[in-house]
Amino acid sequence: MFTLNQLCCERDGRDLFAPLTLGVEAGAYVELLGANGSGKSTLLRTLAGLHCQFSGSYNTVPAVYQGHRLGLDALLTPVENLIWFAGLEGVTLSLERILDALQETGIVTKAYDSCAAMSAGQQRRVAMSRWMLSQRKLWLLDEPLTALDVEAQAVASRIIEEHCASGGAVICATHQPLDLAAKTVLTLMPQAAETSL
Amino acid sequence: MMGSLLLREWQILRRAKGTVINPMAFLFLSATLFAIAAPALVTQQISQGAAAGILWTLVLLTQLLALDGMYRRDFDSGLLEQLLVTAQVPFVAVLSRIFMQWLSTGFIIVLSSPLLAILLGLSTEALPAMALALLLGTPALSLLGSIGASVTVGFNRGGVILALLVLPLFLPTLIFGADLVEAAQTGRAVTPQAYVLGLISLGALALAPFATLAGLKISLEMQ
Repeated sequence: MFTLNQLCCERDGRDLFAPLTLGVEAGAYVELLGANGSGKSTLLRTLAGLHCQFSGSYNTVPAVYQGHRLGLDALLTPVENLIWFAGLEGVTLSLERILDALQETGIVTKAYDSCAAMSAGQQRRVAMSRWMLSQRKLWLLDEPLTALDVEAQAVASRIIEEHCASGGAVICATHQPLDLAAKTVLTLMPQAAETSL
Repeated sequence: MMGSLLLREWQILRRAKGTVINPMAFLFLSATLFAIAAPALVTQQISQGAAAGILWTLVLLTQLLALDGMYRRDFDSGLLEQLLVTAQVPFVAVLSRIFMQWLSTGFIIVLSSPLLAILLGLSTEALPAMALALLLGTPALSLLGSIGASVTVGFNRGGVILALLVLPLFLPTLIFGADLVEAAQTGRAVTPQAYVLGLISLGALALAPFATLAGLKISLEMQ
């Protein structure tokens, strides 16, 4: 699904973490741990193609990216947002499929309300429906459990587990480890201090 | 893909009417201020060239006002990230954004140009030429302005830098646009200026979407 080869992300010319080498196959769930500022978000942005300052190399299939900013248009309803997103991927979704996905994440009652009127957690639920509707196999999730209530966290775990079981792969930066049986834990360590001045 | 992108642009245009109304209100207000401050324009005592020049300048400034917010909302909400990561052809998404931006400013300016021109004292014979010049010239303003907007979207106060970036790019359009109207007033042929304006717009159409994409990538990387 993706491989990292001595990958090390940089910000303002400074290495963020010790170089990573990793190969991930279909069906894997990778939990990305690390202290605040250790470069979890930057690593995910790099894999998504949004951050180009890095050394080493990586290979990846096209991915779904979920950053801190959800990428929902506040002026549109969840259904309209999901139609727009599917259009970006070049697919046309039936309304039933969209409503099914919203049902799954428990936000179907708000399907035709404006996203601007939703709470942070409710917007997160809409974003979760978007991962499910995507055709892409690899999910890059940056702290997906933020602002979710207990029930929604369980839904998120289940969606991630089902996606891995159906041949997808998930790499998830989080501070709340998910309760999944099979997982690879990847901890970002700070780069060893440079000895040369 | 194009269909769903344009559908969204249309939906947000209908729900955020301010993006259309505010620039047009600015344009009409500033034209009125000119008419009040310099009545000689309206009573046609001074050269007709002045009215066309003033109208073109006001159109540039109106575009600048509208361009500032062109990508800001999408940038802040993370839609741009999704667009760059997910879109099969980001080029098309950028192009549809620019098209809608033109439709909501440039095209409406073309439609209301007779009213504005009369307000500024342009002679009635020159009205079709004014509309033609704006129709050929405003697409270039939206296209070139989109480049500037994409680079400055990450700045909190990008407005001034945007003006410094794109006003020089607008210069050829301004020169030939104002000259087209003057040619119509003095009875010269307008075809050369019309061709040049069309050429600028077509050239911008070929280059601007790619430059905009590069600018958006840089803006997303900087944050």
